[in-house]
Order: sequence, then structure tokens, then C-alpha cells
Amino acid sequence: MTLNRRTFLGTSAVAAASLAAPMVRAQGKPRVVVVGGGAGGATAARYIAKDSKGDIDVMLIEPTRTYYTCFFSNLYIGGFKEIDDLGHSYGGLAAGGVNVVHDWAVGVDRDGKTVALAGGADVAYDKLILSPGIDFVEGSVEGWDLNAQNAMPHAYKGGSQTELLKAQLAAMPEGGIFAMVAPPNPYRCPPGPYERVSMVAHYLKLNNPTAKIIVADPKPKFSKMSLFEEGWNTHYAGMVDWIGEDFGGNVVSVDPAAMTVSIDGEDTSVDVCNVIPAMKAGRIAEMAGVTEGNWAPVNAADMSSKTDPDVYVLGDASQQGDMPKSGFSANSQAKVCANAVRGALTGSKVFPAKYSNTCWSLIETNDGVKVGATYEATEEKIAKVDGFISQTGESADVRKATYEESEGWYAGITADMFGVEA
Amino acid sequence: MATRAARYLVSLACAALMALPVRAETGDVAAGEKVFQQCKGCHQVGSGATHRIGPHLNGLFGRKAASLDDFAYSKSFRRAGAGGLEWHADTLDVFLENPRSMTSGTRMSFRGIKDAQERANLIVFLRQFSDNPADIPEADPTAQGADHDLDPAILALVGDPEYGAYLSGECTTCHQAGGTDAGIPSITLWPEEQFVTAMHAYKNKQRNHPVMQMIAGRLGDEEIAALAAYFKDLTN
Repeated sequence: MTLNRRTFLGTSAVAAASLAAPMVRAQGKPRVVVVGGGAGGATAARYIAKDSKGDIDVMLIEPTRTYYTCFFSNLYIGGFKEIDDLGHSYGGLAAGGVNVVHDWAVGVDRDGKTVALAGGADVAYDKLILSPGIDFVEGSVEGWDLNAQNAMPHAYKGGSQTELLKAQLAAMPEGGIFAMVAPPNPYRCPPGPYERVSMVAHYLKLNNPTAKIIVADPKPKFSKMSLFEEGWNTHYAGMVDWIGEDFGGNVVSVDPAAMTVSIDGEDTSVDVCNVIPAMKAGRIAEMAGVTEGNWAPVNAADMSSKTDPDVYVLGDASQQGDMPKSGFSANSQAKVCANAVRGALTGSKVFPAKYSNTCWSLIETNDGVKVGATYEATEEKIAKVDGFISQTGESADVRKATYEESEGWYAGITADMFGVEA
Repeated sequence: MATRAARYLVSLACAALMALPVRAETGDVAAGEKVFQQCKGCHQVGSGATHRIGPHLNGLFGRKAASLDDFAYSKSFRRAGAGGLEWHADTLDVFLENPRSMTSGTRMSFRGIKDAQERANLIVFLRQFSDNPADIPEADPTAQGADHDLDPAILALVGDPEYGAYLSGECTTCHQAGGTDAGIPSITLWPEEQFVTAMHAYKNKQRNHPVMQMIAGRLGDEEIAALAAYFKDLTN
């Protein structure tokens, strides 16, 4: 039999695993430390603990006691969810054998293989999995910094910021202006800003129908653009003004004290301003020295860092190729990574990487759309193989079914992450 | 029985051949840039590219053929675009091999690139100037179609020519059993794997013809194998 790349990858991974198998450790069980308890980290921690049946010590470091998902947070803004619907505790992971430590990771010593915690402890690892999500690029929107995030929230990490933006939306004066500064590529959740526009429009249509939405966008186009534009025309005619790169959407500054937004030299007073800055890998990835530019390059076969084979980077923080930064992607990557890490530490069988993603977006009540794809590991990157997207002009039944499917997915992925059935 | 057994062996051999990667999974960008030298006389790509003798090639992947408003396309290309031709890695691969196979009246006077690896290199070079799936998930794939290839199990199916003879009635309404190809292509004497691959390409809507998509869409794997086995030896 002639080897093609896929079988070669598979067998070489198995061979590598069997080489690693005799690594008998003098001081007890192998240790995996996972930093970040979101879609990547929680899933990886849970799968390694579950599948190793106690043969690997798994520690998850996550500062928050309750994790608020960023995915579906737009539905809370639109009034389709309560904030508590988005909150998840780590009790299920603890019960599943993961040592959950609520602390900040503040440093990584890759030579000594330890992670420093804000609380003062150093924890040792054999394999380190970083899944820190995103941070913002300083200075990417002129006039905005973290000090301004109460006046002009980003609401692009789940939790208090999401609640703040919702409160500001509810407090808008009649006929007021909601502005959004959309982010440049690449960023978390490509359709997210536009689903948010839809959900804000939904809220305003019910509660403040003469209000307007302005979006300043540095990009010439965005994911599901024709679907969103169709939806905005159908459901929210005249409410949404999207200003793309061609019309100066990339020449933007804000003044949080005066509550003004300048787009292509023209100042506008606004009532709410949602600034979604440019993004980069969560800071611990940079501190660990595994980033190159804003993101952490990884190998497509197992999500290991291109800098250090004992460090893995999952989800939004990673630079892997064609997968969009999404909770679904992070969850998919986590399972590939968990399989590889377990194989390296215990000699269990390592299967070839298989990745997939789907992003659902809600445009209006029962009007859901989706885009998805499958991916494979090539030597160079994770490459898109095949995909689908909802079509414009679909029937109301199809759109309703798509929305219901997204509800099912939310229940599914959160159960998969946290080990608790909804 | 002897012929049946021989045929079985032949199709096993074909299946084994087809199970190998039929083309390189990925191309080489730098090598592709060199191949693009041949195109540069007429086409620009990259930052600031404009139409020359041929249209610029930015945003090519996922674009309908002849769809840029500000370029004067040939009638042949406009017809192909109206007929549903879109530019993806697979259609570009066919087009670049022989431009006139897809658009007989194109003004693009280019003999084509016969070497599959050269085409793959050119395609990955050009792919850089279209949307990236990491930013726009619905953008065209960048993997070179490894999973688009037909499942080897489908190619390994041994068709029953008697069943194929029965099923062929639906084909010969349009395609002449004598093999004439005036107006409508000939479908006789094709190597089985080519026939099967083509039919599955219609079934999977990778080939565009609406009637063939409809006909192939209703045929099961066994039925396509049977038709391939029947038409393979058909001489009137």
C-alpha cells in the first residue's frame, strides 16, 4: 500500500504515541495544566480527565466561578435569553475529576515547565494547554482604551460587559443612535457583530422604533453579508446604516467623554457606542512566548505550538489556518488536542485530526441562519475542505428550524464543555 | 463468467489506482507565482490590480464567471456565467488545463497547462487574493479537494451491465447509443471510472448541467456503476 498523506499522518501519530508510551514517570502521574475554562479549555480538560480514567492529573485554571458564554450573548441583548441562561459553573468538571483552580495564570516558565498563579503558587506540567481566548489590541480604535470600556463597552467577552451594553441599550432615549465600531479581521466569531446589530434592531423595533443603528466597519465585506442585509431590509427597514471600508468605515475615532464617533472625518453624537477593537491572543499566550504577532501559531495535526511541543494553544488565541475563531471551533480543536495529549502521556491511540465548525446567527424571531465547514490538517495549516451556508430567500420554516437547531447546539456544546446536561 | 471475473479484477485494479491521491493535495505558492508569469501579459492580481486584456483576478474564488460589471467579457463567457459556472479550485483546474473545454468561444488565447502540479501551484497562488475562510467562513475551501474525491468504495463497485442496459433507456432518449456527439455528448466507450466520476460530479452538483444533475441525482451508486459497466462496451 502506498501511503497518502492522511494515512501517513495517522500512522506517524500512532508511532509517535507508542514511542512516548514507555515514559514511566518516577513521581506519580503525568500532569496536564489547562489555562482558560471556555469552549477550548473546559472541553480539553474534561475529555482528558474522562478518557484517561484517572491516569492523568488534570488541572484547570480559570479565574471566574461562573462562566458566561460569549456565544448566544447577542440573544440576551435581543431579549431572547436571560443572563443566567448563559452562566455555567465548573462543578460538573470537578465532579468529573478535573482539579479546578479559580486563579489567574500570570506566567509560564517553559524551561522549568511550571505555570505561575496570581495567588502565588507555581504548578508543574508535563503538557500545558493554553486556551485564553482574546484580548484587545491597544490603540486599534483611536480614543478608546480599557478605561473607556464602561462608557463605550466592547461586550465581546461574556458577562458584565454584555449586561452593561444591554442596560445602555434599554436606557437609550427615544429616537436615539446606537453606534457600533466593528473589528478588523481576524476576530472572534465572524458573524457576531452583525448578529448583534440584528438583535439590537430587534430590541429597538419593539421598544424604541424610531432609533437608528450606525455601524462603522473597517472591512469591505463580512460573513453572511447577503443574509444579514436581506434580514435587515426585511425586518428592520431603514434602521441600520452599515458604513464599510469603501465609505470610510475604516477611518474611525471615538471620544468616550463627549460620546461622539467620527467616521471619515464626520462627527456624530451617539447614545450608545459599542466599540469592538482589534483582537489578539489572550495575554498569557504572549507571556508564555508562543505568539508570533498577535496570535499563537500551532501545528494543524494536534494544536501543539510551533514554538514548544509541550504547549498547545486552542481556540481564538491560536493561529491555525482556515477555521474561524468560534466556540464551536475551539471545542472541535480541544477534542483533537485531548486525544493527542493523552496519547503522548499514556500511549493511548491517537487518531488523525478531524475538525468542523458551524456558526448560527439569529436575525429576528425564528429567523436563524448558519454557515459551516469541515477542515483537515495539512502540513501547512488547518485547511477548509467543504462547507455550506444558508441561502437568501429561504422559507420561514427552514429559518425557524435553523434557529431551533441552534438552541439544540447551545445545549449540546455547553454539556460537552462542562459535563452537565442542560 | 470468465469475462465477469476479468472485469472484476480490472475494476479492482482501477479502484486501487483511484484510491491513490489523484492530484497533489496542496500546491506551492512560490512555484505558482512563477507559473503566473505566463498569465501576467493579460491578467493582474494583488493589491491595486486592474483589468487589462483580461479581467483582474482578485476575489476570483467563489465568483460567478463573467460577473464583473466593468469588464467586457466574450459572449461565450457570459453564457457560461449565466449557465451557473463559478470559479472554484475544481472548475479552475478544468479550465486551466484547457480553457476551451469550458468556454469554446473564449478570447483567452492560451493553450492551457497540462501538468496537474503546475495547475495546483497556480491555483494556490491565486487563492491568496480571495476571501480567507478564517475571516469569512463561507469563503471557498483552501484544501485541494481531497474530500471531494469519490469514496474508493464507490469506485470499487462492480456494475451489472444487464441492469445498466435496462437503466440506459433513460439516457438514450438524448445520448445516442451509436456514440454520435452532435449537440449532445457521447457517453459510450468511456472507461468506467471516468463515467462513474462524472455521474457523481453531477449528482453532487459539482458539474452544472441541470438536466444531468436531476437525472444523476436520482441514481444510486449501484445504478451508476451498472450504467458505467453497460456503456463501457457499447458499440452499435
